[in-house]
Amino acid sequence: MADIFTADNLLFMLKGAGFSLLLALGAVAIGCVLGIIFAVFKLSKNKILNWLGNIYVEIFRGTPMLLQILFFYLGVPVIYQRITGTRMNANPYIVGLIALSFNSGAYQTELIRSGIQGVDKGQWEACETLGIDYKTMMKEIILPQAFKQIIPPLVSEFIMLIKDSSLISNIGALELLYSAQVLGKKYYDYLDPLIIAAVMYLTMTVLISWLSKKLERRLAVSD
Amino acid sequence: MIKVEHLHKSFGEFKALKDISLEIRDGEIVSLIGPSGSGKSTLLRCIHGLEQADSGTIYLDGEVMDPSNKEKYREQRKKMGFVFQHFNLFNNKTVLENCMLAQITSAGRSEQEAYDISMEYLTRVGMADKADSYPSRLSGGQKQRAAIARALCMNPEMMLFDEPTSALDPEMIKEVLDVMKDLGRQGMTMIVVTHEMGFARKVGSRVVFLEAGEIIEENESEAFFSNPASERARDFLSKVFYD
Repeated sequence: MADIFTADNLLFMLKGAGFSLLLALGAVAIGCVLGIIFAVFKLSKNKILNWLGNIYVEIFRGTPMLLQILFFYLGVPVIYQRITGTRMNANPYIVGLIALSFNSGAYQTELIRSGIQGVDKGQWEACETLGIDYKTMMKEIILPQAFKQIIPPLVSEFIMLIKDSSLISNIGALELLYSAQVLGKKYYDYLDPLIIAAVMYLTMTVLISWLSKKLERRLAVSD
Repeated sequence: MIKVEHLHKSFGEFKALKDISLEIRDGEIVSLIGPSGSGKSTLLRCIHGLEQADSGTIYLDGEVMDPSNKEKYREQRKKMGFVFQHFNLFNNKTVLENCMLAQITSAGRSEQEAYDISMEYLTRVGMADKADSYPSRLSGGQKQRAAIARALCMNPEMMLFDEPTSALDPEMIKEVLDVMKDLGRQGMTMIVVTHEMGFARKVGSRVVFLEAGEIIEENESEAFFSNPASERARDFLSKVFYD
């Protein structure tokens, strides 16, 4: 039983942990871009954009993440085949990244929207009186202040993504949890790999919490 | 020159402005005074376009200000600087960056030009040594002087002040009023919503007294304060001056 703790096996799981972290990082970044776009849609005066923003958030918050992953992995290729007539080979990592990003984007839309609305009305009016255009105002004034306020929930979102990336094991992406399962199958011992996986997840999430607290303290200084 | 004709503005049921007509000539310093809720801030905000009037027309230098004519409206608004009661400096920018941003992005100046102009105006309001400070590190008076410099950097033809000293501690009011007085001396057209009667009397050239959304009295500053024509103005003045 103890021979499961070989350097090779640990490295194998570390690699899985690396994929989990990368997927979460990628998803939080792409989700952030989606979040900004749809948050601006939701706050827009344009009814169609409002509607688009609402639909997006409701769909991705209102259905299970696992269903979304399976839809992108198994459903989208069918749509593709029906339209083009040719088969598509879905890469589980890329599909996983897309599914996680869209899901996170929906949650981040709401976070960023509340952050933007939390910025003092006077900041908008100052931009207006100085003739600053909408894009510059968002980029230079509103979003930086909005993000500063929502760092804690954004970090929670990132930690959730690290854990939720385990769902991609269902479509055969070799992330941390799936690595543990592979080793479990090989050695007929699931306990040890699962504990190692748990320790690795915890190491990542605790480290991120700690880093974010430091970041918050540093940003508070510039206030 | 600003000309306001038959301006009406309501917030829901509340009629903030009722048929306001007013003319402000170049170089004038007009004080808008009156009890709170009289509509003086709303009038100032309508003139700059921060609020849209329900009806009525505003002319700037003889030309109609029409929001639907976007390009022109933007250019017209740029001719007016606006100073807020709560300063509204950009919290995530230093004083210098506050002054430079709009010069680069909306006036199309180069970084160097924007820097030079910013430092010139910051020096004029006595804030050059605080150029690299964030707003949170400044006193109220310093914030307001920085905000005035920021507005001046855009080279407006006139300046609108919305209760510029109302959020300040008493000992900081003078430093801001001094800056405004200095501006007036240099011939800047100013419209000032204020409760500083001393400023309105000594620095202002004309007083417009509003109550309940209507202009009750308009007069030269000295005449208004020494001998108000209307009963309501007399009543108001007797309340604000304690003796």
